[in-house]
Amino acid sequence: MEQVSLGTMFWMTVAAFLTFCIFSFLYRDNPFYRFAEHLVVGISAGYWIAILYHTSLTDLWIDPLVASVTAFGTAEGSVAGKTGMLIVNITPGAIGVLMFSRFFKKTSWISRWPIAYYLGVSAGVALPLYLQGFVIRQVAANMMDPRSIFGMIFAGGGAADFFQGIGEIIIIIGSICGLAYFYFSAEHKGVFGGAAKLGIWILMIGFGATFGYTVMARISLLIGRLNYLIEWVRALNGFFGS
Amino acid sequence: MRREVPLTIVFVCGAFMAFQYFVPHHVSATIYQYALNWTIIIGIFTLTVGIGSLINLHYDRISKRKERWQYSIVTLVALAYMTILGLLSPNALQDPKSLLMTMYFYVLSPVQATMFALLAFFIASAAYRAFRAKTLLATLLMLSAVIVMLGRVFIGDFLTGWLPEGMRFSDVARYILDYPNTAAKRAIYIGVGLGVGVTTLKIILGIERTWLGGGK
Repeated sequence: MEQVSLGTMFWMTVAAFLTFCIFSFLYRDNPFYRFAEHLVVGISAGYWIAILYHTSLTDLWIDPLVASVTAFGTAEGSVAGKTGMLIVNITPGAIGVLMFSRFFKKTSWISRWPIAYYLGVSAGVALPLYLQGFVIRQVAANMMDPRSIFGMIFAGGGAADFFQGIGEIIIIIGSICGLAYFYFSAEHKGVFGGAAKLGIWILMIGFGATFGYTVMARISLLIGRLNYLIEWVRALNGFFGS
Repeated sequence: MRREVPLTIVFVCGAFMAFQYFVPHHVSATIYQYALNWTIIIGIFTLTVGIGSLINLHYDRISKRKERWQYSIVTLVALAYMTILGLLSPNALQDPKSLLMTMYFYVLSPVQATMFALLAFFIASAAYRAFRAKTLLATLLMLSAVIVMLGRVFIGDFLTGWLPEGMRFSDVARYILDYPNTAAKRAIYIGVGLGVGVTTLKIILGIERTWLGGGK
């Protein structure tokens, strides 16, 4: 392994120490784990402040605001247009500042205004997008041409086509039955009850698959961390061995 | 005033944003972009309030010498250090060798990855409880999870290598992920879509008011 510098070795050791600190929780809650946990809360919050300041606040608010203020010193554009842009750029900050009213009991109700704006815009954006993406598209994907499905099953195109056709039927019937299970305004008995029962079977297979997938993802992360520790020991060996 | 104004703001903003989705005009698109940018800016101020609460909480723990107050010093020092580091060096985010990014690569990233890796152990104990196949539903859950797990690693095909292609663990795992899993996800997505649609409508129309909080 390529020999690392003193600085890299120091930071690799810090990362290895913190990895051990977190793994120590497997024994029980202890001061090392709590140290790493509190450290990462502070580091994470500070990192996000830096990210949001440089990538969002500066680009979206401070720079346009400064530009709209300095625009008054140039001859380009009308005063009305410049004033309009200034108002457009000041307003989000002014609304945002209202959030600080939360710090004072008497004025805390004013913080509902920026929350209302945020919620209103988010709800308005989400309403058509979710209905389009999560309902209409999914329903449309379920509306397959039965001729193509039965063609796959009965045309004798081989086992792959046959199982694909069966799979498409599983998707269509399974999703309808899954929805039947989530429908609680009618009693789950008779034909509807049978559909709901089939629905929960499909849902359980789906949950099992998702669970298995999650386990594999976590295990691969664990392998990644163990690999890192091996890499750190090798680097340590190379550093002191040379 | 205290409740009517925010309810009016929610209604006007929500109705406009929902309506503009169906108006393919550049003015509508520009207003949409400005409105979204404003939410990001307001969101940053909201984050400031959150950071303020975090500082308040830990300052309170230190000043009153509450249990484990020493760890609050770690949080506050780390927060102050990263904030100063981040705000004072505008190009730090683009430079992978800057101190800010070094802290990210060697402190934040390893701790977060290890925390998620730690879940592998807890998920194993959860799996033990979930996989006790006492009912048909638990059996289906277990079988599906085991097939998907074995199908994604070498040992799965090693065990079923004698079976014809299409019947091995990896093939069955792929089939489960492609079809029954898609059916389950589709049902959930439709449910989520309808749920979000109804909830956002309730918020816009002022039927859902819990976000206003208590008080007048």
